[in-house]
This record gives sequence, structure tokens and C-alpha cells, in this order.
Amino acid sequence: MELFANQVLAGIATGAIYACMALAVVMIYQAIDHLNFAQGEMAMFSTFMSWQMMQWGVPYWWAFILTVILSFIGGILIERLLFKPLAKAPVLTNVAGFIALFAIVNSVAGLIWDFTIKQYPTPFGSSPFLGSQLISTHQAGMVGVTVLLLAGLYFFFQFTRIGLAMRAAASLPESARLVGINTSWMIALGWGMASAIGAIAGMLIAPVVFLEPNMMGGVLIYGFASAVLGGLSSPLGAVIGGFLVGVFENLAGTYIPGVGNELKLPIALALIITVLVVKPAGLFGRPIVKRV
Amino acid sequence: MSAAEEVVTEAPAVEAVPKRAMTLGYGTSLVVLAALILTPLFVKNFVIFQMTMLLIYGLAVLALNILTGGSGQFSLGQSAFYAIGAYTTAILMEHFNVNYALTLPVAGVICFGAGFLFGQPALRLSGIYLALATFALALAMPQLLKLGFLEHWTGGVQGLVVTKPDAPFGLPLSQDMWLYYFTLAVSIGIYIASVNLLRSRSGRALMSIRDNEIAASAMGVNVALYKTLAFGVSAGITGIAGGLGAIAVQFVAPDGYTITLAISLFVGMVVGGVGWLPGSIVGSAFIIFVPNIAEGISKGLSGAVFGVLLFLVIYLVPHGARQVALVAQQLTAKLKRN
Amino acid sequence: MTAVRLRLTALSAMLALIAVTTGNALAQKKYDTGASDTEIRIGNIMPYSGPASGYGVIGQTEAAYFNKINAEGGINGRKIKFISYDDGYNPSKTVEQARKLVESDDVLLIFNSLGTVTNLAIQKYMNGKGVPQLFVASGASKWDQPKEFPWTMGWQPSYRSEARIYAKYIMKEKPDAKVGVLYQNDDFGKDYLRGLREGFGEKAPMIVAEESYETSEPSMEGHIARLKAAGVDVFISITMPKFAAQAIKKIAELNWKPLQIVSNVSASVGGVMKPAGLENVQGILSAAYAKDGADHQWDNDPGMKRFLAFLQQYYPEADRRDGAVVYGYGAAQTMVKVLEMCGDDLTRANIMKQAASLKEFVPDTLLPGVSINTSPSDFAPIEQLQMMRFKGDKWELFGSVMSSDLNH
Repeated sequence: MELFANQVLAGIATGAIYACMALAVVMIYQAIDHLNFAQGEMAMFSTFMSWQMMQWGVPYWWAFILTVILSFIGGILIERLLFKPLAKAPVLTNVAGFIALFAIVNSVAGLIWDFTIKQYPTPFGSSPFLGSQLISTHQAGMVGVTVLLLAGLYFFFQFTRIGLAMRAAASLPESARLVGINTSWMIALGWGMASAIGAIAGMLIAPVVFLEPNMMGGVLIYGFASAVLGGLSSPLGAVIGGFLVGVFENLAGTYIPGVGNELKLPIALALIITVLVVKPAGLFGRPIVKRV
Repeated sequence: MSAAEEVVTEAPAVEAVPKRAMTLGYGTSLVVLAALILTPLFVKNFVIFQMTMLLIYGLAVLALNILTGGSGQFSLGQSAFYAIGAYTTAILMEHFNVNYALTLPVAGVICFGAGFLFGQPALRLSGIYLALATFALALAMPQLLKLGFLEHWTGGVQGLVVTKPDAPFGLPLSQDMWLYYFTLAVSIGIYIASVNLLRSRSGRALMSIRDNEIAASAMGVNVALYKTLAFGVSAGITGIAGGLGAIAVQFVAPDGYTITLAISLFVGMVVGGVGWLPGSIVGSAFIIFVPNIAEGISKGLSGAVFGVLLFLVIYLVPHGARQVALVAQQLTAKLKRN
Repeated sequence: MTAVRLRLTALSAMLALIAVTTGNALAQKKYDTGASDTEIRIGNIMPYSGPASGYGVIGQTEAAYFNKINAEGGINGRKIKFISYDDGYNPSKTVEQARKLVESDDVLLIFNSLGTVTNLAIQKYMNGKGVPQLFVASGASKWDQPKEFPWTMGWQPSYRSEARIYAKYIMKEKPDAKVGVLYQNDDFGKDYLRGLREGFGEKAPMIVAEESYETSEPSMEGHIARLKAAGVDVFISITMPKFAAQAIKKIAELNWKPLQIVSNVSASVGGVMKPAGLENVQGILSAAYAKDGADHQWDNDPGMKRFLAFLQQYYPEADRRDGAVVYGYGAAQTMVKVLEMCGDDLTRANIMKQAASLKEFVPDTLLPGVSINTSPSDFAPIEQLQMMRFKGDKWELFGSVMSSDLNH
């Protein structure tokens, strides 16, 4: 029983990482209807920027805020410069664009900051949390920030004009244009916000996984999986999905004899596909109705 | 107005390609074929080896093209089927002493089965969800190949060394040259079969699903069957390519079939032009040679150079090699008229 | 008539003279493809792109080192042309690049290509062609098979032998230990695990828990929790640097205090110990054969001074804390030594012969007491390691330099 409780806690700790990333994934999906394969790399780059600022002596929170702002602007710039020209191209071309962006960001970060791992500070400290043996204060802080972000996003999308406009632009672009919403800029805004959320996720994840150009490779995959499990149209679903994937993966590794540990990723992925087959829009997503 | 320009105005998941536009004319085909047959006589063994790999990846891209360009389904998991094919060939050759040529149909059939089975749950998924499910398959495959209880057959993390076959009947050909012509024969066979498949009743059914699934089912096309069949056929061809790849490289190991391979094949398809079968070889050339070029330009930034080149391609010719071919066709037509 | 005859005699004498000189020259200078009076072509394959790209630094260091050698006049007057290609750690690509090097770039040999699986993929080809696959950058024990693969030779101590040293240490110092192993699920991890089991011999049940991880996993949380739950009191970490640091940090966060051993691969002060937090790494054990570039105890060491001077002049952007830089420097020095020993007989056979007759050779970056020795039946250049314990901000060596020859 203690092992079970411990594994659930360890799963939640890992799940917090996935949940953070999943939020960023949902954000971009809301704006552009695609999964951005370069999102992890963009988050990594943002995290490196904040690290560089701290190396130059900027205090943590200033670096944090500056990075979020810079990432927001950077996201908009990437959309305007690189992806706006592709807006009318087929989806597959866009996906190829994400792959190209991935390669560029990863390689440039490697050149600037090299591939040795870097320690990244946490504002929450890293002692055991409330005497618990498995969750550190940093991980508890991460869960807290994720929940805050989630609440913020909910408020933004439900109650602000611009949030509503963004949702309208994403779900019915034609009608949104007719009521005077600049859908093109809404997409850019979505990129900016996704990039900013990614930056926050990166800065929270880096103290756990250490900062290096390939740090997001594994995280992004799990982030995708979590977002899809929870439903790509639901930020809440994405966060819950993240925790579910974390816990399930740990329990599979512990309790499935023989291959559990070696195959915990395939098992987790198989579970997600099973869920999708039963509920194609994810656990919390709105079912999509197709028109003829 | 060309076909390429028409589809620019809208943005469907996969553009509609009329079936006639999927192939090359007879004249062009013959020229390409002659080049493929004659070039190896004048180049080094190493270049022959590269050309063999070009054909093999070309086959794998072609397989993806049948799936995506034909039936409109997305896959980022082709590396999984490529791996199954490669391992089937390697295990049959090394553990059971089966002739290399006989292992290919087996690899094809096994992969067809695997693809058909995977196509069942994939039926319920579309677009981004299907992409993710196939992505998951590609991620899981190297781990499955490493499994302890399969180690006796797969060689585990170490992989298996495969023996390269000699030319049969005492033909005075080097191993590389023989394997090239063997691969070429297989490729031509599969290419012709694929073209005919897409031109057949089944091909029309597939394309109707691609263009409008609901309308297709209303017209009596068995959507589920055709979609899973497309997955199966695509996986089968990929498996044969994988088997050939194992023979050419003389080695299989889980590290050779990671998600990177699946992404490369996908990039190859986009560069070659979705739905345009001859473009497969262009796409294959892109994924083999462009990383080499990128690396030649800058070691530290090879990834960035590759990315920039890929961006250039999708900006300048968003429809890939097909667009270039169309423009060339129009130009020659104009010249003829003058 | 006389004049003509005279002229003819002169001519034949001249011809004879030419024959003699060139004959002598031929006896002295022997070349295979890739070597000439002015140039020696060396091939190399590294993962400059992809997930293992951190190791690309090795190739860059080697290129810089060969630049230094060329700037100082080359080897016996011959300049080194170092051709290094990217395989992205994909075995199929390695085969393509190796064939390109051998068949198109006409290299004399392939030197220090990185990775176990990638080198396995080309081993048969290289041996079939009779082209040296020299100083393979991998710690697998299979590069030391002179009979089966006379053209392949490793460089660093094998993972298996290192693991045996740890097993011996634990059996001696903590005979009732409950050992838990965290290992990477690939050839690197499995080789170590095998060495550990061999080292423990019939005491192998001392290993109470084995946890494997994949490099795609974002964090080590669950693995560490399970090892702790299994009551482990000696933790052996067979991990790549990033995962080693994650594990150390997690163990500290849990207030868990097992005896920790990290593999040499992840013993870098700058690359693992500092990022993991100096307060968390006190007392950790490992073993080493090379000096650490970030360790100030070597600041006055003549070898390391030469190393740092080289970095300053030829590779200023390098990070001296990166173990890959130290590694590449040592390997390149060994290569240069072998080429010097070859003299004017730059045939592939002689290269292997000279590489197999290194005696007491000490590159600048090896630990005191460690040297490179090979023989026609011993294709394992470095076979010595010394145990060390982390204290303060550096490793403290203890015990004697141990030979880890697998045959002993």
C-alpha cells in the first residue's frame, strides 16, 4: 500500500511536467488547429534565454517575466514571418514547416549554449514538501503554477473580449471575420500566448530535467499524449490528462510484471489510443461534428 | 490554370490530385528508367550503394504516398513498418538461412497484416489524432525490438548483422551492383502495381474517400474496408523497402528505426509532392542528400541548415516536386506551340 | 659514332641512377590509398545532429588537434586531412558515411567513430575491406577481438571491466549490501549490467533491484522511488550525464542516503556533479582513467597545461569542463603517436601493426599511472582505472590504479 501511494505521488510529480507542456499544446491547438512539433524546442530556447539573463545577473523573477514577454513577442514574430505565408498551404506543408523549425531551433541552441547540462534554479526550493517523501517543494510549486495558469486561461477565454474573439476565430473563421474579428492577428496572438505558456512550462521543467538543447524531446511527446488524452479543446482536460499519464505510467512500471518497466511508454501510448478509439475527442474534449 | 494553382486557394488536409496527374508520361518514364539502368555502369560502388538507398527510401515514401495521397490518411509511423520488414528479412536470412529474395514477400505479407490490424483502430481516428496514434507506434517500435524475451531472435540492442548476397548464376557483377539492379527490379514492379492500383476501381474508391468520406460512403464505397486496406498496402510496401534496406545496409538495430526515420519519410513525401507517385524518388533524394549538403555547409549548424533548406522548399514550391514538374510541363507545351 | 656511344653510356648510367634512387625510395616509402608524400587522409563519423549531438564535440576537438599538428609541420612532413561526417547516431547512415569515406574520399583509415551500434554496423564492412577501424569511441568490450576482427580496435576501458571493479569494491567494503542498479536500456547499460553480474559472480543476488530507463523519458522520479522502496542501500547509476544528474538530485530530494556509484561516463565535474548540486554529490564513488578538465587539482599538471594551451590557441570556444573535449584530445594524441610510429610505411597493415605495439604511451590527459599498452593479442589500449570519491568540489583518487583486463 505504501508503495502504491508512493508511486501515485511520484506519478503526480512527473505528471506536473506533462501537464505544463500539455497546456501549451492545447493553447496552440486552440489557435491554429495543429499540433506544433517545434513547441518543445521553442520552450527550450525561451528557458535558455532566461538562464542567460540570470548568468548576466538578472534576478530570477525579473528574468522570468522578461522571458515570458520576449517569448510572447517571439511567438508572434515566428507566426508573422514563417507561418503566415503558409496559412493557405496544405496541412502537411505546415507540419513540414514545424519539423524545419524544430531542426533550426535545436541546432542553434546547441551552437550557442552547447550540449552540457546546466543547472536551473527554482524559486520554490527543493526540500521535501510537507515532510512528504516523494514530492519536493518545487514540484508542489509546479502543480500550483499549472493550476493558476489554468484558471487564468479559463478566465481569459470565457470572460475577456479578446479571448472570446480568439475562440470565435479558431472555431468559425469565416463568421468571425464577418463580425469584424481580425482572424489573422488572432492566430498570431495564439502563437504568442502558446509560446509564453511554453516558456513558463520550460522554466518550471528545467530544474527537474536540467537545461540542455534536447531537454524537451521526451517531455513534448508526453505533453502531446496528455493533451490528446484529455481532449485538445479543453485546457482542464489537458492538465488532468497530464496527471493521469504520469500516474498510469508509473503504476504500469511498478505493477505489470516482467515488461512493465521496459514497456511503460508503449503501454501508456496503447492506453491513450484505446481511449481515443472509445472517445475520439479525448476525455474532456467537445465532440467534433463534421458537416457534409 | 494548373492543378497546383487551383488548390492553393483552399486548404484541405490533403489536396485532391486527379488520378491522371499521379504519374509521369511514357516518354519521361522511359528517360528516367534508362538513367536508372545505365548510371551504375559509370560510377563508383559507393554511389551505387547510395542509389540503392535512394530507391529503397523512394519505395517507403511511395508507400506513404499511397496512404496519404491515395486515401487521405496521415501517418507518422512508417518507421515501425519499415523496422518490422527489416527485422523479418534479417531474422529469416540469419536464423533460418532463407534466400534473401524470398524474405521480401514474407516481410511484405507480415507488414501488410500489421498495417491492416493497426488500420482497424486507426479507422476511428482522423487528422491530428491519427497522426498522433501513428507517431506513438513509431516511438514504441524501437522499445519493442529491444525486449528481452525477443533477444534471441532480434539480437536485442546489439542488432543483427546481415550477409550481403552475391550476384546469382555467376554474373560478373559486384555485390553492390547486383543488389542495385535487384532493388530496381523490385521498385519498378511495385511502382507499376501502385499506379495500376490507384487507377483501378479500388483506387477510385480510395480517392473518393480522400476527397469526401461521407459522400463516398453514400455512394456505396465500403469506407472502413478501403481505409484499412490502404493502411495494409502501404505498410506492406514499406516492409519490403525495410527488408531491402536491411540487405543493403547489412545491419539491423533498434536505433536505426527511430521516429527520426518516420519524420524523414514524411518530409520526403511533402518535398516530393503529396499524391504524386514519381515525386517519391525526389523526396527520397531530399532526405538522403540534403543532410549531407547541410553538414557540408556547417557541422555545428547542420540541423539549422537542413531546416532552412526545408523552409525554402516549402515556400518556393509548397506542392513539392509535382509543382516543378507541372511548371516544366507547361513550359515544354508552350515551347512546342511556338 | 663515339659521341653517340658516349652519350648512350651516359644515358644508361643516368637511367641506372634513377632506378637506384627510386628503388630506394620505394623501399622506404610505402603507401596505401589515403596516404602520400604530402598528406594522410583520416576519416571519422560523429553524431553532429540528433539526440546524441553532445558527443559531436569529440570530433570537433580532434579536428582542432589535427589542425595544431598541421600548423606545427604535420607528421613526418605530411599534413593530416581529417574528414568527419555526421551520422545522427543512425546505423544505416553510419554505413553510408563509412562507405563514402572509404570508397569516395579514399581515407587511409577511420578513426574514433562514435557509438557501439553504429560501429557494429560497419565492423564487418571495414574488416572485409581491410581498412583500419581504429580507436572506436565506445566502451563495449567487443572491440578487443584481434582474431575475429583484426582491423578493429577500441580505445577507452571497457564498460564491463569498469563494472567489475565496482562489484569487487562493494563485495569487499560492504559485503551485506543491497545493490540497486539504474541502467540505460541500450548496449551501454546492458554491457555494464553484464560486467556487474560477472563481478559479483555467485554473489549476484546482492543486486536486489534493476531499473531500466529509456533516453526518451523526461525524468527519473518513478525509477528512484521504486529503488528506494526495494530497500536498496548501494545505488549504482549506469546513466548518461543528464539522467545521472537527475537521479542524484532526486535522491537528495527524497532524503535518501544510499552509497552511490556513478559510471565513468557521467563522472564529469562540470557536466554532472556541479549541475546536480555539490551538496548532493559528496561521497559519491566512481572510477576514472583521464583527468577532469574542470578539476583544479590539475592546474599545474604539465600535461593539462599543454591541453589548456591547445584549447586556447586552436579551439577557444570549447568548454574545458566538457569531458568530450578531454576525450577527443587524448584519442587524437594516440592517433598521432601511431602515425609517427609508422614512419614512411603508411600502409593499412602497418598502421594496425603499429597500433598494436603501443608501449607505455601516455597522452597528456590520462591519470598518473595510467598508460596505453597494446600487443597483437591485446587490442584494448586503455585498461586501467582508479577509484575516486567526490569531496568538496573535486574527485579524490584513492586506492591503487587497477588493471581491469577482462582476462584476469
